[in-house]
Amino acid sequence: MNFPLIRTAVALAMTVGASAAMAQDVTGAGASFPAPLYAKWADSYNKATGARINYQSVGSGAGMKQIRGKTVDFGASDAPLKDDELAKDGLVQFPTVIGGVIPVVNIKGIAAGQIKLTGQTLGDIYLGKITKWNDPALTALNPGVPLPDATISVVRRADGSGTSFIFTNYLSKVNAEWKAKVGEGTAVNWPTGAGGKGNEGVSAFVQRLPNSIGYVEYAYVKQNKMTYTQLKNKDGNFASPDDAAFKSAAAGADWAKSFYQVLTEQPGKDSWPITGATFIMMHKAQDKPASATAALKFFEWAYANGDKAATDLEYVALPEAVKNLVRKQWGDIKGADGKAIAFK
Amino acid sequence: MAATLPASHYDNDKMSRSEPTGRPPETRKSAPWADTVFSALAHGAAILTLLLLAGIIISLLVGAAPSIKAYGLSFLWTSDWDPVQNKYGGLVMIYGTLMTSFIALLIAVPVSFGIALFLTELSPNWLRRPLGIAVELLAAVPSIVYGMWGLLVFSPVLATYVQQPLQSLFAGVPVLSTLVSGAPVGIGILSAGIILAIMIIPFIASVMRDVFAVTPPMLKESSYALGSTTWEVVFKVVLPYTKTGVIGGIMLGLGRALGETMAVTFVIGNFNQLNSLSLFEAANSISSALANEFAEAGEGLHQASLIYLGLVLFFITFVVLSLSRLLLARLKKNEGART
Repeated sequence: MNFPLIRTAVALAMTVGASAAMAQDVTGAGASFPAPLYAKWADSYNKATGARINYQSVGSGAGMKQIRGKTVDFGASDAPLKDDELAKDGLVQFPTVIGGVIPVVNIKGIAAGQIKLTGQTLGDIYLGKITKWNDPALTALNPGVPLPDATISVVRRADGSGTSFIFTNYLSKVNAEWKAKVGEGTAVNWPTGAGGKGNEGVSAFVQRLPNSIGYVEYAYVKQNKMTYTQLKNKDGNFASPDDAAFKSAAAGADWAKSFYQVLTEQPGKDSWPITGATFIMMHKAQDKPASATAALKFFEWAYANGDKAATDLEYVALPEAVKNLVRKQWGDIKGADGKAIAFK
Repeated sequence: MAATLPASHYDNDKMSRSEPTGRPPETRKSAPWADTVFSALAHGAAILTLLLLAGIIISLLVGAAPSIKAYGLSFLWTSDWDPVQNKYGGLVMIYGTLMTSFIALLIAVPVSFGIALFLTELSPNWLRRPLGIAVELLAAVPSIVYGMWGLLVFSPVLATYVQQPLQSLFAGVPVLSTLVSGAPVGIGILSAGIILAIMIIPFIASVMRDVFAVTPPMLKESSYALGSTTWEVVFKVVLPYTKTGVIGGIMLGLGRALGETMAVTFVIGNFNQLNSLSLFEAANSISSALANEFAEAGEGLHQASLIYLGLVLFFITFVVLSLSRLLLARLKKNEGART
């Protein structure tokens, strides 16, 4: 009678011991844009392997502070670090997924994709130079579209955000005056418009204000069925935002040279011009190789199994070629003994 | 000599005892350790508050040091806020905080006074309790709910039925037309001020009601007996009797208005430029700027300037509190002079 009971107890103790040894908790912190996806990945990964990934969506800036202070195993940011900044802090960065930033409008009688904009006109609207929807610059781009004689209500992010970084980076590339007057950054000195907090705030504003224009992540366009605009891309075509357009923009970047790639204004026939990747930062020299192994294992698992979850949540998975480049770069993450951290 | 009085009283007490003892009476020693512990805890709690306050000031000063060094006091009157160029000035936020709180008080004080007056003097008895509870319930609504309501429901109404009529009414009038200029979106200083007013009314009203209610009925009834109207009773008896409490309630509301974050950030527009003095112009407040920018602010001047803003808010609150104390002291002095 006693015997099987003891055996069960021993077996139980062994499994508990084994999973405790395997399940190295990994903590990460940073960008809120990919947070829903990281949470989904972490949940599935936990079910598949028992390991726990703890991601705090505290914002890109705070995430960078935490990884520099080594309080987390990985940091996440929507704005990539330049190569010299990475070298200074001893960090490596790699992209995880791609997303798009989409201008959305709320004009009575205008359907999604009906309005065409160029980078120049979009920049002028955000500079406060184009103030009416029936401005000659806009009517010339949109012959036959019934643009109203109404003041444009400009909406933008109030909080510092990676979305704003990608958006202002695009405007700086395509509108010289924007570059000179405002520039790019997670928070800039907006010359006009009302600020909404978060993607939710901006979409609520745009849906509420007649004759408004704003910019949000692709997921919000789809979920809220918002009226997006077409944008002229580098090849001179008017592109509509969808998975293929973001993938096309990502394919145009030269990832082999550096992971510092802001995917705005990339070549490609259908490329969506305001595309951006979101990034993970880790220390090159690892004091705690066990957590680094666990973190890399998680990202390896996510690259191999996470594409569907990404698509379901309206993100775009990285092309396989880029993933392989990232795997190669993981070789740079080394333990105290100078050996590369194993992740397979 | 007055000082010797208690001692001699004690001596008398001792002398009246029937059995003289060699040792002093032990009654006070019944639970000396409990007294000691309680006294230590009470002192500790009081000192802890001071320590916390000092800690907050010091950490704000340390955090803001780079920005204080870079801008000094000119931070208070420059209005550039440009994270890209790394140039910061806090005027827009300071103006927004003060202006919205001022509008809020302008609306909330008379309304709260009316509510409290009605509840204590005029309301039929059966209505008193439900109305009082309803006012207190308003205080329990989370601020984000006010923010959402302000953004989605209130500001369109404000834009369509207030701003546009005012704009057409004041068109051409020099000062007034500036005050109501701007795109009719219903987002800005005025809507933030009105939302704040709605939020602080329950605080001010319930404090006012409570202090009005403790006015001794004898005073009021004497006044009525002399032929005073309700208005006269309230202004000449109730208000003078309760002014400390009334001012305390207003300061409580003002404190909340100055520091309110979520509701304001929804309706103020978060716009860091001071283009016009229009009440309908989008602006920013200190707490709203902190909430929006802190998480993504890079280390260095941006973060330090945000902390500097926090320090300014702390200072504003301090000044407001001191002014209210000063006001009370003044009132008390006048009172003495009159009698």
